[in-house]
Amino acid sequence: MTQLAGLYQQMILDHKKHPRNCGELSAATAHAEGYNRICGDRIFIHLRVQDGCVADIRFTGDGCAISTASASLMTEAMKGKTLQEAEQLITDFQQLLTTDNEPAELGKLAVFSGVRQYPMRVKCAMLAWHTLQSALKNSQSVSTEDNA
Amino acid sequence: MNYPIDQIRADFPILQKKIHEHPLVYLDSAASAQKPQIVLDAMNDFYTGSYANIHRGVSTLAVAATDAYEAARQTVADCIHAPSVDEVIFTRGTTESINLVAASWGRAHITAGDEIIVTLMEHHSNFVPWQQLAHETGAILRVAPLTPAGEMDMPAFTELLSEQTKLVAVAHASNTLGTINPIREIADMAHAVGALVIVDGAQAVPHLAVDVQALGADFYTFSGHKVYGPSGIGVLWGRMSLLTDMPPYQTGGGMIERVTIEQTTFTDLPARFEAGTPPIVEAVGLAAALRYVTAIGFDAICAHENMLMQYATARLAEISGLHIIGQAASKVGVISFVLDGVHAHDLGTILDDTGVVVRVGHHCTQPLLASLDMPATARASFGIYNTKQDVDTLIAGIQQAASFFQSTI
Repeated sequence: MTQLAGLYQQMILDHKKHPRNCGELSAATAHAEGYNRICGDRIFIHLRVQDGCVADIRFTGDGCAISTASASLMTEAMKGKTLQEAEQLITDFQQLLTTDNEPAELGKLAVFSGVRQYPMRVKCAMLAWHTLQSALKNSQSVSTEDNA
Repeated sequence: MNYPIDQIRADFPILQKKIHEHPLVYLDSAASAQKPQIVLDAMNDFYTGSYANIHRGVSTLAVAATDAYEAARQTVADCIHAPSVDEVIFTRGTTESINLVAASWGRAHITAGDEIIVTLMEHHSNFVPWQQLAHETGAILRVAPLTPAGEMDMPAFTELLSEQTKLVAVAHASNTLGTINPIREIADMAHAVGALVIVDGAQAVPHLAVDVQALGADFYTFSGHKVYGPSGIGVLWGRMSLLTDMPPYQTGGGMIERVTIEQTTFTDLPARFEAGTPPIVEAVGLAAALRYVTAIGFDAICAHENMLMQYATARLAEISGLHIIGQAASKVGVISFVLDGVHAHDLGTILDDTGVVVRVGHHCTQPLLASLDMPATARASFGIYNTKQDVDTLIAGIQQAASFFQSTI
């Protein structure tokens, strides 16, 4: 179980059992649905963007330990970030999962470094993040329409 | 006679492999079976000693290759009791076999208002082609429901049948639930209203003696790779009277009689449905695989796999929070299950760490899993080389996963 312990770190198991920011968001300005066609998991990201920042973010859906904990920790990390910082964090997180160049200052998110050893699970860890990316795009298109 | 398990295991080189320093426990034969040395040798010998393209040229090699390819067709015909070898068409796999029938027979015979019945347990390969054909032609797709045990609900199926029914598409055995369907009964009922029956035999041919005539099927399909043969080859068997009237599926070399600038006439069965250079070496490998399982004998294989199924079902039932999905009275060696509090994907990763290979996911049966309100299950499936010890290793792995997730926090 040594390598497995690297994958399923205590913090991941904690966030799987007690996911943070899980549920609907009443004042959301954008939503997106993510789907992992390999395992059938579905996730919804609910986002409230205000003054160019992620004012609030929650998620719904049910998935494996890796995808649930990743969604949970992502919502914690994203709150208060500017949209530019949010996009950068998505890029950095993907880099953490897929390359040996561990980006600095990922904080708690570094617990997902073990996923690198399990290429089949990278999609699980990225599901919430790709979905957030869609939500950010939706949010942009909504605001563009508002301005028009 | 005792089942020669040690000899059979010795025939499969991959079983010597270690995964994460554990002996490989391969419980994923329903996805694809491993290959015995005799199949690898047959293909290697053919490539090494007799390879050439078939049905072309006058060379010694071309003749030897053609003979080997056509002998493979005869082996398939014998194995499934086809009345004529010309009814056996080589394809790339079950999926292509079904698509061939949908594209050729389907487009010629299905029109708006006709009804096609599929069952809820169908693999996407026997579901999507019919759904798409219905979209294309204006036909209506009807889905035959299942009982809570995962068997076909026969009274409900009877209700669906009508004079509008033109085709019933059904798996001989379910790749997710393991259920063996009563094909003869289904065929008799379908024929009584004038409908044809296409059978997806991908999960049946590795486990059961198949007699297409006794089953009453009109089309029967299977894949080489699930019956210990190579990937890239499959079989379509169809009744001669149906195949004869069907337009070609693909056109090109090998399937023509005469080509002029204006016109083409097509050759006879079975070559008419085998455009292009076919999977020649794969056919030779498939024939070797079919001879191999036939020599072991399907009575012996059934008895061995049923013993494993009973043992595994009883041992899985000991694990608290584990639910077996699919409780049909008659099953092939396939067990799907879910474990409370442990997602199938996490279970698959933890089992892999102990050398145990299972399949996790929707098993290409999304309509079925949606009806069960499950995104995914874990599935253990058995082949001729599995043992009770394999089951014990699986159980230990599941227990480890359960305690791993339950002990934390």
